[in-house]
Amino acid sequence: MAGPKYPGFDTLALHAGQSPDPATGSRAVPIYATTSYVFRDTEHAASLFNMERAGHVYSRISNPTVAVLEERMAALEGGVGAIATASGQAALHLAIATLMGAGSHVVSSGSLYGGSHNLLAYTLKRFGIETTFINPRSLDDWKRAIRPNTRVLFAETLGNPGLDVLDIPGVAAIAHQNKVPLLVDSTFTTPYLLKPFAHGADLVYHSATKFLGGHGIAIGGVLIDSGRFDWEASGKFDTLSAPYSGFHDMDFEEESGTRAFLLRARREGLRDFGACMAPMTAFQILQGIETLHVRMPRHVDSTRKIVHFLAQHGAVAKVIYPELPDHPDFSLCKQLLPNGAGAVFTFEIKGGRSAGKAFIESLRIFSHLANVGDAKSLVIHPATTTHYRMTDEDLKKAGITAGTVRLSIGLEDPQDLMDDLDRALKISQK
Amino acid sequence: MNFTVDGKAAYAYTANHDVDPQKRTAVFIHGAGLDHSSFALQSRYFGYHGWNVLAVDLPAHGRSAGPALTSVPAMSDWLLRLLDAAKVSRAALVGHSMGSLIAADCAARHADRVERIALVGTGYPMKVSEAFLGAAQRNEYTAYDMSTIWGHAPQVPLGGNPNPGMWMYGDAQARLERLAPGVLYADLKACNDFALSGSVQCPALFILGRRDVMTPVRAAKQLQDAIPGAKTVLVDYSGHTLMAEAPDATLDALIEFLNSGSGS
Repeated sequence: MAGPKYPGFDTLALHAGQSPDPATGSRAVPIYATTSYVFRDTEHAASLFNMERAGHVYSRISNPTVAVLEERMAALEGGVGAIATASGQAALHLAIATLMGAGSHVVSSGSLYGGSHNLLAYTLKRFGIETTFINPRSLDDWKRAIRPNTRVLFAETLGNPGLDVLDIPGVAAIAHQNKVPLLVDSTFTTPYLLKPFAHGADLVYHSATKFLGGHGIAIGGVLIDSGRFDWEASGKFDTLSAPYSGFHDMDFEEESGTRAFLLRARREGLRDFGACMAPMTAFQILQGIETLHVRMPRHVDSTRKIVHFLAQHGAVAKVIYPELPDHPDFSLCKQLLPNGAGAVFTFEIKGGRSAGKAFIESLRIFSHLANVGDAKSLVIHPATTTHYRMTDEDLKKAGITAGTVRLSIGLEDPQDLMDDLDRALKISQK
Repeated sequence: MNFTVDGKAAYAYTANHDVDPQKRTAVFIHGAGLDHSSFALQSRYFGYHGWNVLAVDLPAHGRSAGPALTSVPAMSDWLLRLLDAAKVSRAALVGHSMGSLIAADCAARHADRVERIALVGTGYPMKVSEAFLGAAQRNEYTAYDMSTIWGHAPQVPLGGNPNPGMWMYGDAQARLERLAPGVLYADLKACNDFALSGSVQCPALFILGRRDVMTPVRAAKQLQDAIPGAKTVLVDYSGHTLMAEAPDATLDALIEFLNSGSGS
């Protein structure tokens, strides 16, 4: 006998987290532009503050519009819950600050967005959290880098910009053998293309600014917990399984088990660091998520056409996309990303830095800017922009050269995009 | 708080308070495959409002050591031994689903230990479908799916969670995945096989969800009729997991019911 059925991805993308507004019947998610919420009486107020009742107190901690986005993303990823943040960077910081303090250690892929690399390599180091960067393709490197004070393994599902496909099952197994969680940045893949929890990851975050929103109008992040990691059994996470004097000596794991991480992240992280998401931003990102399942196949389809076009082009030395047979993660890509390896990829233009500059300045449809995952096609030169703070050695580890160009393929007519690229490539070679 | 029952580790959440012999005690008993945290909000409330609370993890659930017990009477007897360990002679029992059967069984067979009972999301007899039992016996994930989907009102996957940012289905699945093989089957079979021995004479409250598909409202009628003076609160829009789906309505009903007695 077939078991009961869960709603499909497309249905959850449109509905999860929201029933029609009980006050007005509004079908669309209302924007609750309010800082705070009136208590019924003093007893109700005290109960909300002491976590005896569910509800909203102050919009830095939670907000009804933001909560719809959080619940919807938890549903799409298959987690216990989520917290929306001011940006993807805020989500990464919230995850790390919830898991550890000074004296702790992170093992991270070296193939990262430059901002994440900067946070780990420089900023968190100033607060006593050290990071070891490793080659994400080497499981031995992951194992070797783990120390007694390591508290998380971290990588992007598709490394930026080298598009290393993370071996989530392999790295998760190493993490769990060492009683620490695996945190992944799934921005490039979105839950439509990849569900990291199904492969063993414990925590996922997104820069919601990218494909989730898709429109390029709002900055935001979202952090989702699978609820599967047993913080108590690990014995390594005092922030989650020891009394916290900052909240009535609450032991978050004892209080709520599967919800411990998010409880601490909300009650401490949002309360004290304050990097919350505004309700208008949540509304804007929700508009994007409602069409994620329609947009992503088109992003992928156009990307495949353009990758094929560039691979044949005389001005292109190399195209890096995991679906190409010469990509080192080709087999892993087929296993983990059967619906597509996303819509961001890089290529090496012949002629190096000067050719790259001429190419970018000759494009008419592609926009030259520091973003990916927009409905509009985008282009950037990583070595001088997103990754400019990295040393040459770190750039090499991340698979970037002076001639690397990164494209984010949007939803325009793919033939128009190929024509634009062809014209600019020809100009670049003059 | 950690206890030892039958030489094994037993756990009960006490809302960060020691058990005070001067206070009345409310015991919260979870349903099949769940743990003490299913009563997180309600148990915390009473713990900070003048009550001792013991939100238990039954053997092989949450932080209590296994093996799982295989009948409701065995669970009832274990619960009373835990009360002995906590030096609690008499308590109000609040049970959800399987926990409600334990509460009723304790009240029927050990009336001197039970002040009153609140039965949340209950039915009697609590027959479990062959498909559900079979999947659980075979440790198939489908059993967790059945527990998750039937354990919530139909609108839950599409509606808002009263607890901001949380996804009820995901939480249910995560908790079920922490169980050792065979535990859910032991729980479900215990529910399926349970027959009440004796009668319940203490005050009783039924808290039922109108959209409960696991134990529909009508499934409680036999037990309601069997308990003289029993009261019922019907909660609109809630399914079987009332503590999460309708936390305030559940808490308000419990506050009125538990505080209405003197404890004598």
